[in-house]
Amino acid sequence: MGVVQSYRLRLQRKRWLIRAFRKRRELRNVSDRTDQIRKRDILLFSTMRNEKIRLPYFLQYYRDMGVAHFLMVDNDSTDGTREYLADQPDVSLWSTTRSYKRSRFGVDWLNWLQMRYGHGHWTLTVDPDEFLIYPFCDTRPLSALTDWLDASSIKSFSAMLLDMYPKGRIDAEPYKAGQNPMEIASWFDSGNYVISRNKRFGNLWIQGGPRMRVFFPDTPEKAPALNKVPLVKWDRKYAFVSSTHMLLPRGLNLVYDEWGGEKASGILLHTKFLHTFGDKAAEELSRKQHYSASVEYRAYAETLQENPDLWCRWSEKYINWRQLEILGLMSKGNWA
Amino acid sequence: MTVGIVMLVHTALNRAEQVARHWAAAGCPVVIHADTNVPRSVYNAFRKSLSDVDIVRFSHRHRCEWGTWGIVAATQEASELMLKEFPEVRHVYLASGSCLPLRPVQELKDYLAARPKTDFIESATTADVPWTVGGLDSERFTLRFPFAWKKNRYLFDRYVALQRRFALRRKMPNGVTPHMGSQWWCLTRQTLSAILQDPERPVYDRFFKRVWIPDESYFQTLTRLYSQHVESRSLTLSKFDFQGKPHIFYDDHLQLLRRSDCFVARKIWPHANRLYRAFLTDAEGALKRTEPNPGKIDRIFRRAVERRTRGRSGLYMQSRWPNSGWENGATCAEYSVFQGFSELFEDFEPWLARMTNIRVHGHLYGPDRVEFAAGHEVINGAISDSAAIRDYNPRSFLTNLIWATRGERQAFQFGPNDNQKIIWDLSKDANAQISVISGAWALPLFNSNRNFGELRVEAAKMQKIEAKFLDALRSPYAKARIRIWTMAEFIEAPMEPLQMVIEELGIRSARRLSEVPKMVDLTGFGQFLQNLKNQGMHPYLMGDFPAASEPAPRVAKKPKPYLVQK
Repeated sequence: MGVVQSYRLRLQRKRWLIRAFRKRRELRNVSDRTDQIRKRDILLFSTMRNEKIRLPYFLQYYRDMGVAHFLMVDNDSTDGTREYLADQPDVSLWSTTRSYKRSRFGVDWLNWLQMRYGHGHWTLTVDPDEFLIYPFCDTRPLSALTDWLDASSIKSFSAMLLDMYPKGRIDAEPYKAGQNPMEIASWFDSGNYVISRNKRFGNLWIQGGPRMRVFFPDTPEKAPALNKVPLVKWDRKYAFVSSTHMLLPRGLNLVYDEWGGEKASGILLHTKFLHTFGDKAAEELSRKQHYSASVEYRAYAETLQENPDLWCRWSEKYINWRQLEILGLMSKGNWA
Repeated sequence: MTVGIVMLVHTALNRAEQVARHWAAAGCPVVIHADTNVPRSVYNAFRKSLSDVDIVRFSHRHRCEWGTWGIVAATQEASELMLKEFPEVRHVYLASGSCLPLRPVQELKDYLAARPKTDFIESATTADVPWTVGGLDSERFTLRFPFAWKKNRYLFDRYVALQRRFALRRKMPNGVTPHMGSQWWCLTRQTLSAILQDPERPVYDRFFKRVWIPDESYFQTLTRLYSQHVESRSLTLSKFDFQGKPHIFYDDHLQLLRRSDCFVARKIWPHANRLYRAFLTDAEGALKRTEPNPGKIDRIFRRAVERRTRGRSGLYMQSRWPNSGWENGATCAEYSVFQGFSELFEDFEPWLARMTNIRVHGHLYGPDRVEFAAGHEVINGAISDSAAIRDYNPRSFLTNLIWATRGERQAFQFGPNDNQKIIWDLSKDANAQISVISGAWALPLFNSNRNFGELRVEAAKMQKIEAKFLDALRSPYAKARIRIWTMAEFIEAPMEPLQMVIEELGIRSARRLSEVPKMVDLTGFGQFLQNLKNQGMHPYLMGDFPAASEPAPRVAKKPKPYLVQK
């Protein structure tokens, strides 16, 4: 990495931050409870649209884990998401009717909120269908992990997206509000992930899983990225570049060991494939607010009409984090 | 006689208070030193909270930055206070605020009372210890370290480099031998007072003020001058990871800590409520007279460090992506690659599967699809048979397959028709067993019903591709176990090579093969090659075949007594 390249990335980071600063005007505050935030609190940032059915379990899951405050952006929901969130005692809510796409899929909005409220905190940036799993998450709260990361001088923690799906048609068993979505979508692909390194940003680019296997068997390069860095000790100088797939400065993307060892890492269980998915895909197709003209959603819609089963004979049923660690999807690293 | 506790605290004061009360309740005097980094108001509240306990004292506060003299100064002063104020103390135990006593205090007292002259302090000469951070061991004593490693890393490194460059060194005062060891010790009054009241102490103090991490060497070195009996181990269970920072204990370590029989453990996570509750409610001491036995904890932490530094061979994932050459094995298990066998033998794949207990795939890198064994569309790990996905990242495909099927050996066919992007990965992988019958690709051409002109072009192409593969296998970088026969060589005596290959696979019985695969009919093959030559294409990879006059090699025809032919 030459001086010129580093400087370019620096300029790019500044540009994203300025952009985020300008985009702050698109956000209208609905309920501001940020005065509750205390110095060592773990904060969760999320942006969403029409996710009310998922929220009760989502909020409970992360409250139990030890998240102290939720900072959410509601993008023009019509199903009561906004009202529901505004009533929660530990949620600060902003809403916007502006374009999701033009805010780089919500990244600009969240970059602004993180700049403003996240500085010096451990921040978790996840979607409402993503559930963080980290080593020992069944016996230790999230603050045990962040304390350990602090003590080890680690600033960012990787958690790969693991697509979960039900056995049979994805709309066979309807999801009820408050239910654990992993009860329905309890299967995943254990070992078909392909990795390459992004030289420019230093992150790994991971693709694979059921979405590549079923939706993109002939054009695997179009399969969505699964690498994510959702847990970051935030500094106001940081910026997410593309969703939570990569950040600047690029040192934060070095969540993997290059000398044969394993760093500690987690998993984001991705419960996109519930019965709500069909409607969502149809809506996103008409809104065209998703990545590269919603190519992903188009492929889903086409394939799911013919054969809506993502399950195969070698799918694994989710048990716990130890199972994921044995399968090599995540690692304890040197945390014991 | 009792044991006095010197406690160094800097955070989680509520936990320190809890532990101090626990010690005091068992009749152990406690002297507490709090870092000056603790704000005055917090410190005063802390003192006040312990004011009802009469055998707790607070010593003068020092600034304790990691790796600097402050910690030693604090220890000295607190120890002096302890010796002065509590004459009944025979052993002084140095502990931190995040230490937790695991066994009833009475057991510790009994243990020490039975060893009244023993000093428990880990103390080894610099030549003998492997644990060093920043690559400094004996230089900790011979160089000067005025800059803090954690805050002024740049100046620290520059100044070390400068001293090395000009060979600036210091001498040990009075010729003492430097020793190092865990910071947490338990010394007798005799030894400790000898160190603290030594007339030469100013000389030693001056020297150690410029030593790096003096808290791991000051007492460890000086104890050697006075102690009657040094037991070189710490009574405090404290494990360090590969960066020299202590491992932390959580609630889920409860059973492990119970079974360790250690007296004190550090470092405990301040929010590990279950641990504090379990160990500070002094259960009826079973009064075990057992020695501490941290074996199992050692194992767990050693494994954690190993996972962090060496990882799992053959695994590529979000937090393990080794640079080329650092993989500790490109794949996670042995596997076999066969080139030319399924062309030469009609039923090679089923035969191999019968003879061995391995999984035999077809051409995994075949052009149209991935030919998994038994024609499966998906295999372990939900790996798909899509050729496009495989070709998108041929290397990930191989490492994923071998990882997902670990426990069961895999074999697959390879050939010039297949995706060749994988050849260097195969050749450089020590786990690969590669067997090649060169030139056998000509057999399908020979048996096909195509125009000779096409065949000629095809043959030239195949020969070129296979030659490249053979170059890779013969390169100095090749690490796989490789065997190459020309086709002519092979059919002369096919039994021996087959036997050899099978034996390497670790077949169940090492007896002679009871069954051989059926070779394709080679009648006229020599003439076919001659025709290619006559057309100007020179097939050389199959070795020297006799021309048309003597068509098929004898070996394939003549049944041998030990063969059971189908």
